[in-house]
Amino acid sequence: MIVKVCRHATFTVLLGLCLLLLNAWPLFAVESKEMLADPALEARARNLSKELRCMVCQNQSIDDSEAPLAHDLRVLVRERLKAGDSDAQVVNFLVARYGEFLLLRPPLTWHTAALWGLPPVVLLIGIVAIVVIVRRRRNAPIPPPANLTAAEESRLSELMREG
Amino acid sequence: MIAELGHYALMLAFGLALIQAVMPIVGARNDDPTLLSVAAPAALVQFVFVALSFGALAVCYVTSDFSVLNVYENSNSAMPLMYRLTSVWGNHEGSMMLWVFILALCGALVAAFGGNLPAKLRANALAVQAWIAVAFQLFILTTSNPFLRIADAPFEGRDLNPVLQDPGLAFHPPLLYLGYVGFSIAFSFAIAALLEGRIDGAWARWVRPWVLGAWMCLTLGIAGGSYWAYYELGWGGYWFWDPVENASLMPWLAGTALLHSAVVMEKRGALKVWTILLAILAFSLSLIGTFLVRSGVLTSVHAFATDPRRGIFILAILVAFIGGALALYAWRAPLLKQGGLFAPISREGALVLNNLFLTCACATVFIGTLYPLALEALTGAKISVGPPFFNATFGPLFVPLLLAMPFGPLLGWKRGDLLGAAQRLTAAAFVAAVAIAAAFALQHGGPVLAPFGVGLALFVMTGALVDLAERTMILRVPLGAALRRAAGLPRSAWGTAVAHFGIGVTLLGIVVVSAWGAERIAALKLGESIDIAHYRLTFDGLFNQQGPNYRDVVGRFTVRRTNGDLLGVMEPSRRMFPARNMATTEAALMRRGVSQLYLSLGDPDPDGTVPVRLYFKPLVLLIWLGAVIMFVGGGLSLSDRRLRIGAPRPAKVRAALQAAE
Repeated sequence: MIVKVCRHATFTVLLGLCLLLLNAWPLFAVESKEMLADPALEARARNLSKELRCMVCQNQSIDDSEAPLAHDLRVLVRERLKAGDSDAQVVNFLVARYGEFLLLRPPLTWHTAALWGLPPVVLLIGIVAIVVIVRRRRNAPIPPPANLTAAEESRLSELMREG
Repeated sequence: MIAELGHYALMLAFGLALIQAVMPIVGARNDDPTLLSVAAPAALVQFVFVALSFGALAVCYVTSDFSVLNVYENSNSAMPLMYRLTSVWGNHEGSMMLWVFILALCGALVAAFGGNLPAKLRANALAVQAWIAVAFQLFILTTSNPFLRIADAPFEGRDLNPVLQDPGLAFHPPLLYLGYVGFSIAFSFAIAALLEGRIDGAWARWVRPWVLGAWMCLTLGIAGGSYWAYYELGWGGYWFWDPVENASLMPWLAGTALLHSAVVMEKRGALKVWTILLAILAFSLSLIGTFLVRSGVLTSVHAFATDPRRGIFILAILVAFIGGALALYAWRAPLLKQGGLFAPISREGALVLNNLFLTCACATVFIGTLYPLALEALTGAKISVGPPFFNATFGPLFVPLLLAMPFGPLLGWKRGDLLGAAQRLTAAAFVAAVAIAAAFALQHGGPVLAPFGVGLALFVMTGALVDLAERTMILRVPLGAALRRAAGLPRSAWGTAVAHFGIGVTLLGIVVVSAWGAERIAALKLGESIDIAHYRLTFDGLFNQQGPNYRDVVGRFTVRRTNGDLLGVMEPSRRMFPARNMATTEAALMRRGVSQLYLSLGDPDPDGTVPVRLYFKPLVLLIWLGAVIMFVGGGLSLSDRRLRIGAPRPAKVRAALQAAE
């Protein structure tokens, strides 16, 4: 039995080696055999593949993956495109079959609202916080410098004597 | 025997860490100099014992002692010496040992070279450092002991994961750990300062060199990992927004922000409360990264649930340290006195802007990395957050940051002149505009945004040069005077300009390779050729090669220019490791200037056709070269006289120094 690694981020050192072991000769990510003759259609297939996740791999698109499942999905995408599907139709077809997990760019739904919403909200909070602090600071009196400790006082007077 | 000695040494180190964790704190409370003085020697001796323990494990690996379970599972006597040594940290237990080793090293460095620090601050900081050591040493001793024996020692080991049998393993994890464990020093100093309740500009001056050193290692570590992934994975990608990569990127972003806010705190006494928070956050993110990577939670929430012992332990460490630190912060930070007023348009203002964008970028990565885990744990719904999400959210935050970057160093402290800075950047804007126009003229139907990316990269690079030109007045005074001014410039000014230049270089590489890189996928028969850019590769056949613990099927390809000039041969291979029945792709690279030809081999068909993936990667090496330049910039800044506190100061430099401050 020959076993292969699905996706091995080099950072797997840290990952503790999550290896997905599959019973197959290593295939290759996109192979020439799979590719469509029509360059425009093939370009669409490649772009779609980059947005679709190979579900047995860790965080890898079907375009990059060597796993047999990714191969099957690439062929499926191309079959649908040849049959005349639009990009959206292909994606909908695959999501209906395999679920949202397939999409590397999560669509905006109720349970991803926070995911897409939080980054701009964080930025906004940051900007508001800075503006508020600057405003308040402008009106506040300048605080007196901190008092020195006894040790520092004696050190200071020592330095003054030397100077 | 060696393994038992190692185990014993680790236990002794644990005992010493306990002493180091308690005595100095008690000493600081009761003003007892004897107890305070325990901290430094304890830290040094603790390091010696951790080093002995780590060394013992290394000896077990190098001598292929397969009666030790950890060695049996991750090593093989046929491996070359280098991989027998590096496989020490190529597994969970060993990498935790490296973590603890570097943590102890950090503590020892503070103990050895922190003689100029106030005794209380140093003792408290070393105590906090020891709390972390206690937690992680206990983690190793109870859940991840690398010294366990097997009763009947097997004859041969199960080999190191083939993917890791690469020189990259020698550099990448140690550098990465030096980076993110290095932030523990800033964390310890922050907690020590909060315990004491006194923080001033001097605090930033003491902490900055440690942050800078850690940041340099992390920068190089991340870049090294990226290059390793690039040549090892076989499809020429260099960044995947993988959660494990994000785990190292988050501390880098927070650390970069910390580096900049600490400058403001040091020079102007402002942003104290914020800088302390960043110091806590940078190391907290390191801890979170360790949790993500070490607990198995990334593979799936279920894998975590089936063997949760390690995960729960690290989670407890995480909660205790981050929760404790933030609680202490919430309690003590309001007591810190604010100082250093500044107008919004000023060097300080620019650095605040820098912090805003870096922190938000960090938050974005954090949200994207943890959201799917949280969602699955809470609702069971599985979603993927991949590169398209990060490109859409992270990119827009970096563009304004990079646009503003050249302005920062040109603005004065307290109150800056934005119009004046803009005027001085005219040259940079001009270069950027020319680059954009040229890129548009040269590209045929490429992505519309790419020329603007090139423009931004050149704006950042020339902006850094303008900063240097302004400071040396190179075009306004005679050359000799300018050179004297250049020599008199503080090294930190050079460091800033060089590091900023490096960012531009990296950006240029990223933009050019993503926009104008070429890819060919083909199946070649013997003697057939394939063209890419202005190169032609001819397939000359396959041959077999035997390595020490693998065998290679090598494809030989002749590389010519399209006009026929011979350039050389490329020999990509499929590498088979019998010990684990695993194959890896060994891509062949040919450097052309700072561009590369990249060729990887698929599995040959029985009829002799080989599938190949061929890429032309224009300017790709700039991506990592930029990181090396940033590292050098950091080094220049680190060598600044100001940071080598206690170093003798020749009188003639004093004038230049004051001028700079």
